[in-house]
Amino acid sequence: MPLRAEVGTFLRTAWGRAYPRVIGMSREKSWILFDVLLPLLQVSAYVFIYRAIGAPREFTGFVVLGGAMTAYWMNILWSMASQLYWEKETGNLELYLIAPTSRMAILLGMALGGIAATTLRAVGVLLLGTLLFRVPLAPTSVPALVGVFLLTLIALYGLGMLLASLFLLWGREAWHLANLLQEPVFLLSGFYFPVRALGFFVALGASLVPITLGLDAMRQLLYPRMMEGLKFLPVGVELGALAGLGVAFLVLAHRALRFFEDLARREGRLTLRGQ
Amino acid sequence: MALQGFSIETQDLTRVFRVKRREARGQSREIVALDRVTLTVRRGELFGVLGPNGAGKTTLIKILATLLSPTSGTARVLGIDVAQNPWEVRRRIGMVSGGESSGYGLLTVEENLWMFAQFYGIPGREARRRIRELLAIVGLADRARTKVYHLSSGMRQKMNFARGFLTEPEVLFLDEPTIGLDVGTARALRTYIREWLDEHPDRTILLTTHYMHEADELCDRVAIIDRGRVLACDAPAALKRGLQGEAVFRLTVDGEGDLGALLANAHGVVRFTAEARDGPTELSLILADEGALVPVLAALQGAGARLLSLEKREPTLEDVFLRLVGRALSEGEADAASR
Repeated sequence: MPLRAEVGTFLRTAWGRAYPRVIGMSREKSWILFDVLLPLLQVSAYVFIYRAIGAPREFTGFVVLGGAMTAYWMNILWSMASQLYWEKETGNLELYLIAPTSRMAILLGMALGGIAATTLRAVGVLLLGTLLFRVPLAPTSVPALVGVFLLTLIALYGLGMLLASLFLLWGREAWHLANLLQEPVFLLSGFYFPVRALGFFVALGASLVPITLGLDAMRQLLYPRMMEGLKFLPVGVELGALAGLGVAFLVLAHRALRFFEDLARREGRLTLRGQ
Repeated sequence: MALQGFSIETQDLTRVFRVKRREARGQSREIVALDRVTLTVRRGELFGVLGPNGAGKTTLIKILATLLSPTSGTARVLGIDVAQNPWEVRRRIGMVSGGESSGYGLLTVEENLWMFAQFYGIPGREARRRIRELLAIVGLADRARTKVYHLSSGMRQKMNFARGFLTEPEVLFLDEPTIGLDVGTARALRTYIREWLDEHPDRTILLTTHYMHEADELCDRVAIIDRGRVLACDAPAALKRGLQGEAVFRLTVDGEGDLGALLANAHGVVRFTAEARDGPTELSLILADEGALVPVLAALQGAGARLLSLEKREPTLEDVFLRLVGRALSEGEADAASR
């Protein structure tokens, strides 16, 4: 196939697969309750703890930012990585696989749709949290903040694509992995506190999940004075590490998708439902 | 009318599944889903694969559609090896499975079809034109903007059917496409399958079914498959002609006793099935010749069975299957399910 047609199909595939998620937001509005208001309750709990112990007001900002970024991690685990399990159960996976298109394009579509939908959720948490708890915001550099955020998303969704490849081979077994990654990552990535509090080496290990570095860098850019003694690594280092993780996860995801698809085809697991 | 060249060729195609044994931890048993299947399907042909559930029909389609690797043997679609070059095969094929629930409930019928068209790089305007045409053909034009979760299973199957034709594949695999559909819908889809092939004589359809009449009505040639093996392959009429020297009867009898054992020992009975239907038993008999009927009736009467009806009929593919396998298709399903 000519390169132009190949690129065209790639882009059409990504948009085609993103479409159900984008359009789903307007057709099923219950997400406002489940994905904005309920997470806000969890954020509130931490805010009140910090207030009760007389922590500086910036800590409220830590929590609200963490609460907003939680939406992305949940999206990665349940709507990106394990999505191929659902696609297999409904019969969509077979149709994806016999289509002459890139699997990365399908996953990119899922990611873009997921980012669009999740960003609305995250913005909801951020806005409501900021207004309700009067969070102080003083970014030192908005472009750097946006850059960290985008690099975090690229690395995060790269990791999601890598995890998704496991679901080509496994079903419920990989589901357990997603479960396993949920609560521990909430703790280890420092969603509601500076990750440095866990100690340097634990934070270093947790940095394999890009949101750890992303959150730390964004907090440094939002609250530089507050984070002076709490930062994990300098922002520049974290940016470089996020870029490295993004490239590594995307390359690994590409290879893993091919490897697991071939293996699953040999073992007859691509079409096996209810496993 | 079949054109020159083969669209599908398989040579000693075998697929073995390893299944974990519940009773013995760490051990597995092997299930041979396809056993040295050798077939050729000509370009332009509507080729049927007929067999009970568990016969290996879907496994064959999954291999040809590049979703499953063969354990041994080769399979080619349009001359391309499906295991060596699956990407080239995928550009040329389509697949529809009966009873599938693909697509997204939140999307409308036309949105779902548009999404799948995007995976094939079909430009939006062209995709919408084909979608309109196909929805009119399958009788879903008035449901184009209905969300899929509001559709009945029959309508959903029509949508899936339209999806299969949307990409204008050179080879289309239809895996039990009319399963679970009402009579009218099934007939409409069968009519379209035939028309599509008549209008596109360079295309090929491989259809699996366990409905004898569907294979009989639609297919240029039929392969009868059971337990992974091809037992016969020919035009439906030729397969039925194979039974012309024999006589096919359907009897309904009322009475107690083991009619199976009686018929198994009766002289001149080549094959038979016995199916109890709320009291009476329906017997399908293939006899060596018409003359064998009299002693069979006498034997039934002697066993206390009362004859309620008797019909001599032309052989069907069901009879061909019975002659080849020694049991009816429905018995095969029960057997496959218990395996």
